[in-house]
Amino acid sequence: MADEVTLLDFWPSPFGMRVRIALAEKGIKYEYKDEDLRNKSPLLLKMNPVHKKIPVLVHNGKPICESLIAVQYIDEVWSDRSPLLPSDPYQRAQARFWADFVDKKIYDAGRKVWTTKGEEQEAGKKEFLDALKLLEEQLGDKPYFGGDNIGYVDVSLVPFYSWFKAYETFGNINIEKECPKFIAWAKRCLQKESVSKSLPDQNKVFDFIVEMRKKFGLE
Amino acid sequence: MTKSEVKLLGTWLSPFVMRARISLNIKSVSYEFLEETFQPKSQLLLHSNPIYKKVPVLIHQDKPICESLIIVQYVDDVWSSGPSILPSEPYDRAIARFWATYLDDKWYPSLKSIIGAKGEDERKKLIIEVEEGLALLEDAFNKTSKGKDFFGGDEIGYLDIAFGCFLGWLRGTESLIGVKLLDQVKSPCLVKWAERFCACGAVKDVMPQTEKLVEFANMLMAKMASSTPK
Repeated sequence: MADEVTLLDFWPSPFGMRVRIALAEKGIKYEYKDEDLRNKSPLLLKMNPVHKKIPVLVHNGKPICESLIAVQYIDEVWSDRSPLLPSDPYQRAQARFWADFVDKKIYDAGRKVWTTKGEEQEAGKKEFLDALKLLEEQLGDKPYFGGDNIGYVDVSLVPFYSWFKAYETFGNINIEKECPKFIAWAKRCLQKESVSKSLPDQNKVFDFIVEMRKKFGLE
Repeated sequence: MTKSEVKLLGTWLSPFVMRARISLNIKSVSYEFLEETFQPKSQLLLHSNPIYKKVPVLIHQDKPICESLIIVQYVDDVWSSGPSILPSEPYDRAIARFWATYLDDKWYPSLKSIIGAKGEDERKKLIIEVEEGLALLEDAFNKTSKGKDFFGGDEIGYLDIAFGCFLGWLRGTESLIGVKLLDQVKSPCLVKWAERFCACGAVKDVMPQTEKLVEFANMLMAKMASSTPK
């Protein structure tokens, strides 16, 4: 039986991008459905009744919610190619730890950078850059967090790169100056088709954030 | 493997530490339990978990592993010849992980906040959140257990551990506020599951007594009340 794979997503979502990259790394064909988050589809509400959020991976009719859970699922089902998690238990634990760190730190701190002002924004900027620096340290001299090829941590983190123009403009920060290694790593990831095809252009995301800021009354 | 090869840094109070202990018990792994002192945090804690400075930390062959659910999965991966903790099917694993994440991100934060809630309205709101969560978990139990005793089937597994560790604090909170949150009428299957879970060999010696938790919570609240400027 041919696998039926659908991804319920929203094009600027870094969480959605994670799943897109994982599917692309494994060479899985799927149907992409872009959701209007102000008018969520009955399918989304049915597939993720608890959180009503994207991304949702639907595999042969069964939903898998939460981006990192979906990425692990993809890695486990299509285990015969392009492994994302390391096989060594300690390395796996480390990969899980850092992907979880990305979840805890990057999105929320980044959000403060483009949605707040003054002291709160300064705190957000510091948190954000500190987190990137910790990740740079973790990367060390490796080309990717996964070693010679992209892995779980790379997949969890690189989507946020598509938001960098927005963070830099609204936060008035120069990420390349603060974290040159991080930028070099992100550009290296973008040379891979699975990543470049999954991430929207930074300018497109920037325009989207401008619209969001207007809606939030930030302009 | 000598006992000192596996160390767990933790505290008797913490449900997250309990997760690590239960998983080691399931695998019959001997380990040295190091009760963290806090105030101030020990050098070992600061050194082995510099990012979050929290317990539990599993130290295996001198290498630290942090974050309770990551520890549980690590234990399952390393001691793979023992009883399995994660389900064997990828879809079942995804479901177990989903609910564990839900518990950590949504349910437990609501439960934890009930005792310290400012005002009746906030308390009521949190109680409703916890009860709604229990209704979801009752449903999840019925779907996942497939008629068996535990979320994991015949034996306790990942989701049993992820959820069951909170039972002490759930009962403690119920005692402190005088409201039954996990009740026979709304969540009959979970009530029975909770009894079975607490009776498990891997669990009973590491589940803190409700009275001790209540005593601790009262002491903490008294401390906070006395240090709050009037």
